[in-house]
Amino acid sequence: MRLILRNGFVYDPLNGINGEKMDICIENGKIVEDVKDAKVIDCSGKVVMPGGVEIHSHIAGGKVNTGRIMRPEDHLKNVMPKTRLTRAANGYSTPSTFLTGYLYAKLGYTTAFTAAMPPLMARHTHEELHDIPMLDKGALTLMGNNWFVMRYLKRGDVELAAAFAAWLLRAAKGYAIKVVNPGGGEAWGWGRDVRNLDDPVPHFDITPREIITGLTRVNEMLSLPHSIHLHANNLGRVGNYLTTLETMELANGTKPARERQVVQLTHVQFHSYGGDSWRTFASEAESIAKAVNSKDNVIVDVGQVVFGDTTTMTADGPMEYYLSSLTGLKWSNRNIELETSPGVTPFIYSKRSPVAAVQWAIGLELALHIKDPLKVLLTTDHPNGAPFFRYPTIIAWLMSSRYREETMKEVHGAAQRNTTLATIDREYDFYEIAAVTRAGQAKSLGLAEKGHLGAGADADVAVYDINPEEVDPSRDYKLVEERFSATSYTIKDGEIVVKDGEIVKVVNGRTLYVDAKVDSELERELERDLDYYFKRFYSVNLANYPVQEVYLTRPTPIEVKTNVR
Amino acid sequence: MPRYTDVICSFCGTLCDDIEVSVEDNRIVDVKHACRIGTAKFLSSNDLEHRLLKPMVRKNGKLVEVSLEEAIERAAEILKNAVKPLLYGWSSTCCEAQSVGIELAEELGGVIDATVTVCHGPSVLAVHDAGYPGCTLGEVKNRADLIIYWGSNPMHGHPRHLSRYSIFPRGYFRERGQSDRELIVIDVRKTDTAKIANKFVRVNYGEDYELISALRKVVNGGELREESVAGVPKEEIIALAEKMMNCQFGVLFFGMGLTQSYGRHRNIDNAICLVRDLNVHTKFVMQPMRGHYNVVGFSEVLGWQAGFPYAVDFGRGFAWYNPGETTANDVLQRGECDAALVIASDPVSHFPRKSVEHLAKIPLVAIDIHPTPTTQIADVVIPSAIAGIEAEGTAYRMDSVPLRLRKVKEPPEGVLSDEEIMRRLLAKVRGEAPKLEVEAR
Ligand code: SF4
Ligand SMILES: [Zn+2]
Repeated sequence: MRLILRNGFVYDPLNGINGEKMDICIENGKIVEDVKDAKVIDCSGKVVMPGGVEIHSHIAGGKVNTGRIMRPEDHLKNVMPKTRLTRAANGYSTPSTFLTGYLYAKLGYTTAFTAAMPPLMARHTHEELHDIPMLDKGALTLMGNNWFVMRYLKRGDVELAAAFAAWLLRAAKGYAIKVVNPGGGEAWGWGRDVRNLDDPVPHFDITPREIITGLTRVNEMLSLPHSIHLHANNLGRVGNYLTTLETMELANGTKPARERQVVQLTHVQFHSYGGDSWRTFASEAESIAKAVNSKDNVIVDVGQVVFGDTTTMTADGPMEYYLSSLTGLKWSNRNIELETSPGVTPFIYSKRSPVAAVQWAIGLELALHIKDPLKVLLTTDHPNGAPFFRYPTIIAWLMSSRYREETMKEVHGAAQRNTTLATIDREYDFYEIAAVTRAGQAKSLGLAEKGHLGAGADADVAVYDINPEEVDPSRDYKLVEERFSATSYTIKDGEIVVKDGEIVKVVNGRTLYVDAKVDSELERELERDLDYYFKRFYSVNLANYPVQEVYLTRPTPIEVKTNVR
Repeated sequence: MPRYTDVICSFCGTLCDDIEVSVEDNRIVDVKHACRIGTAKFLSSNDLEHRLLKPMVRKNGKLVEVSLEEAIERAAEILKNAVKPLLYGWSSTCCEAQSVGIELAEELGGVIDATVTVCHGPSVLAVHDAGYPGCTLGEVKNRADLIIYWGSNPMHGHPRHLSRYSIFPRGYFRERGQSDRELIVIDVRKTDTAKIANKFVRVNYGEDYELISALRKVVNGGELREESVAGVPKEEIIALAEKMMNCQFGVLFFGMGLTQSYGRHRNIDNAICLVRDLNVHTKFVMQPMRGHYNVVGFSEVLGWQAGFPYAVDFGRGFAWYNPGETTANDVLQRGECDAALVIASDPVSHFPRKSVEHLAKIPLVAIDIHPTPTTQIADVVIPSAIAGIEAEGTAYRMDSVPLRLRKVKEPPEGVLSDEEIMRRLLAKVRGEAPKLEVEAR
């Protein structure tokens, strides 16, 4: 299909295009310089951006489904009955796979990465990704509590650790190295946790610090498209910002193998807490932002809170248990042999709660205090801070200090007293919104063909019915919120899939995974270890572990040349 | 002679994946590592005399052989003409077939339910209420020093469960295997599993709930006033509770003895709370002993596609879930469904009489590998390949670990996999030409 998106206001930060009126040409699923005999879509008076890229969202796999099954009360709050084109779909904080695809497409998103895949359960994650329509997809793969990784790093064998990581990505059909509460997941196997970077992991005699620095080296040796994606220790604990600052220091001196950061610290809102008890709970967002501003190899994503009922789910088992013991709400957990320990528990962010009010403010403070919008990516850590379809509200908050003030009046006074939010005048413009919702994500993930509209990019585009010459987002924030909730057009691989906020075509996206090759002798050595360990300690045979390509929609391996030995 | 290793046994929820199978002239001639029942299942695929081989349609009161096309056509007609068809079974087939089944139920505005409804349905209800603290079975193997089976007799129902995952294997932190662990069995009678246990606790019939409550009381620091609860002496309860609190990693495996006895989902709810209480003191997890090899898979697929684990009514154009209303037996006993499709299951033998009476009254499509009382009363019978032996697909072990079933031999001539049958049926219902997918490999 050939298309011309005519005369829209284009926001394309990676190509430095800031609201210029121009045409975007599309042919064979790609952006091109010029196209003939094309269908013309009039975009005058509209905002045109690259398709949104979701970098951290729990949309598929075991714990997401545990959330769905555990919370029948969640589903009828949000129902989209079957139509001629679309499947019956439901779910609020834990939308079904179909609904996940439809809702992202309506928001103008065309790519999404699920945040935490346990390799043993990877087949499940991919079965769900298979059933998420409309999007290109990938999975961040859990390695921070993996026994192979911990043992290799402990004995200083970074090469073998790298060979293992490469093998694991191939076996699980994963895209990047995810680290969650390094060491804490293993400690949770005994009902324990680790509380600082130098707390030894029981029986493995390694520390979170060593795991993080080791996997950082592994990631750069393998020259992977994304950096390590790190959920730091002590998530959600009062006073945890010190751990976060210390964790950031671990990236010092490491040169990235590609044009990107060395570490993405994820959902930092949950890691920017000051005070010494829940009574003195306060924001340390400014300290965190200052550190991010001063470093050139660390970026963050926000993990913004929006008020309401949600379901928390992470691979951080001890944290989920701790949270459920605070709320007394139902709690699920599943320790996964040799790998990780996810947990799930519902949570309500109440406007009247001082803690929730401060959490809400912290996310916005981070986004507003960090100067370079390519270093602070918009996420809600769906569904942990809020369901992803609350993005339009967050966008409106970022673009309007007046809207923030209005909200501030409705929430507990702690947001005013214990954070700096009320003192910030900064308001994002459309260019910065494009940076924090797509450009920064694509850059961080190393997706050269996404997050921008230059020739050669994938023809994934979002058109929003906002005229930047007429709308003042600072004042018209409700309109901004509304128009970012449903695109005029979402274009995926050059095809119109959403028109005027309705799904008009259902498509299946690619599944992206990394295929990194290492030296074959190293590979043989690894195979011997795999053999030994699987026979003795896994409950499945090695031959039944790797995920077959048949599970993937449009399987797309990203071949990577590594520097391993 | 082709020899297959790492084959997965598609019989019980233990889903052993270390089976070796030798095949000669499309006959399985040798099965290694499987238990007695698993072996029997593999070998049964040779026995064509007891298989369904030809599609059949009831004409003038008698089932007569027809072409597959005609059987599918008739089945589609039955389902399309129904106002509220019931699609039931699913636990002994692969996720791919289940997935198409859900799409068909949605297309028809019907009710879909699986055997969960008559086994661990109460466990699921309890999860809605209290959550579910569990782990994968390899965690048990590597860490557990205290293993409890409650209302479950794996020696019979899940013969290799003990040797692969729980009491016998050596694990990373349990190098000496059995001697590093303790086995406790709680049941109403001394089962074969109880006979090999370090300790057997006999609980009065129907009083499991009381025993769980007494244990919780001790775990939470309370004092037992009664001299005995549920037939178990006070000292024994205290000793048991202390054992649970003082272990390093404990696991509670529970079976139908707990889910289907008096109290049902309340028993499980209470047991979940007990495990949660124990986590204040140590590491403790639980695991239902799921029977059919892919009953878990059904709940997973329905969960991600429709949000609910079983008993979903698509009559409103979206998923409506209300156990007690939308569960298969309730739909049947109210006489609400006007046609049914049963796949890989035999409700005529296992459902209450009242349900079966209605099933016998309405048009019925049955898909199965061998004749059953259900296929005998059906109006359309479609033979299928045995998933895990004659067809590939996905199944979820009792602990939700997903595995890819292997194909080791060809199905009988002209016989299709459940997945393929469901695809053709869906296409026919929609009036489309069937999309013939290449056999997945
Ligand atoms: S224990 Fe169950 S899965 Fe394993 S071989 Fe026996 S029947 Fe098959
Ligand atoms: Zn997350």
